Amino acid sequence: METIVQIFSYTFMTRAFIVGALVSLCAALLGLPLVLKKYSMIGDGLSHVGFGALAVATVMNAAPMKVAIPVVIIAAIILLRINENSKLKGDAAIAIISTGALALGVVIMSLGNGSNIDIYNYMFGSILALGKSDVYISIILSIIVIILYIFFYVKIFAVTFDENFSKATGIRTGLYNMLTAVLTALTIVLGMRLMGSLLISALIIFPALSSMRIFRSFKATVISSAILSVVCFCIGLTMSFLYSMPPGASVVCVNIAGFIIYSIAGKLRAVLFRLRKNRQQR
Amino acid sequence: MALVSCNNISLSYENKIVMTNLSFHINKGDYCCIAGENGSGKSTLVKAILSLKTINSGSILFGDGLRRREIGYLPQQTVVQKDFPASVWEIVLSGCLNRKKINPFYTKEDKKRAADNMEKLGITHLKRECYRDLSGGQQQRVLLARALCATEKLLLLDEPMAGLDPIVTQELYELIEDLNKSGITVIMVTHDLPSAVKYATHILHLQNGEFYFGNTKDYIHSEVGRKFLGEIKCDHCGGEI
Repeated sequence: METIVQIFSYTFMTRAFIVGALVSLCAALLGLPLVLKKYSMIGDGLSHVGFGALAVATVMNAAPMKVAIPVVIIAAIILLRINENSKLKGDAAIAIISTGALALGVVIMSLGNGSNIDIYNYMFGSILALGKSDVYISIILSIIVIILYIFFYVKIFAVTFDENFSKATGIRTGLYNMLTAVLTALTIVLGMRLMGSLLISALIIFPALSSMRIFRSFKATVISSAILSVVCFCIGLTMSFLYSMPPGASVVCVNIAGFIIYSIAGKLRAVLFRLRKNRQQR
Repeated sequence: MALVSCNNISLSYENKIVMTNLSFHINKGDYCCIAGENGSGKSTLVKAILSLKTINSGSILFGDGLRRREIGYLPQQTVVQKDFPASVWEIVLSGCLNRKKINPFYTKEDKKRAADNMEKLGITHLKRECYRDLSGGQQQRVLLARALCATEKLLLLDEPMAGLDPIVTQELYELIEDLNKSGITVIMVTHDLPSAVKYATHILHLQNGEFYFGNTKDYIHSEVGRKFLGEIKCDHCGGEI
């Protein structure tokens, strides 16, 4: 209890908790359709592009968000197009864009007035990075994501499960793909400075992948991802505070633990299921 | 007026023209099989009918009050679906989406429709099961139930028997025949000519940019039909045609 009071007596910790928990929630919701459609790499590519944008902003002395948000949104649209166009090698193209942006970012930072500490913080995240405006933006973003998600839930499911069928029944699948990509881009930009641009994509991928080990309906998987993501974040951030570890890395470590626990539980469930079936057959 | 009429359409697949001047008409209650070799444009034709692909020229018209988004489509399975956490109920319900306007949630009516179609296809007991745990035949029934939720008039099936064992295939053929007899028009892409001839009322055979369209009886006696069915008979009964 004392620890909790202590944590929230620091403004930067309160901010980190609010922004981080909301970003984790959005990332988990948006991550599930991305992971299921085998678009996980988009999240990774976007965060690296975000790093490049942050680097440029630092050198130009511009507000980081004002540069990063438009750049990453444009990148999201481009990456989506590349992935949908099967003639190009989608995965290779994403790898080129993400490593390219990362390299450019590092070069620009070292040529400009950025220090190694800046690079380190952008790559692995810093608990001190968030300002007041980040809190407001993340609250607004998460409200938008949650409302859109609930409103379009059935369509998101249909488009994710079977794009051709959905298109044939008159759903504008391109629009939904674009919406997911743009919202993902915003989530990544928001969470990037806290989690680190190398690690933010874990928030998108881990909760979805873990929940898929156990749950067997889309609704249950969505709910589980959202809860798991927020819980893992809170545990990770607390650990990061207590043992002064970088926040991004500790959150990802907790997510790994979550994945292992879910995998074991999933295996157990399968075994139990088989036993019950065998008994029924007898 | 015919339910679906294609007039002088030409189709291309990966920038290669595979079919030109294709014309045929499908009437209400027909059961039409589209046959042909790989790459002859069967799936492309299906996608063109659904407007998933644009046609290079010609027109596809719908009659009898059929709207394009009211076609029950059963696509070929995709990689995405192999490891997808979705219950049978969620998938069948998603077939009702094309009749929804503003309301973002499923209504009682949608749920009843989904339940009725599951009953019709004998998969009610699988309602809570996960799609990826089902057998191939059960998965096709689920997708067929979803297609039925989307349509009352026309089913468009793209190789529904791919990868199924002979017994399950037979069951599925009988199921589709029943649906056809209950008044739903069926268009099916298939590689299985003997079954196509057995069940379908019409055959559309695509081959090397040429096509044959006619009712099954005429097809059997046509040159293409004799050639292809003959070849198949040869395989089974030692050269005798």
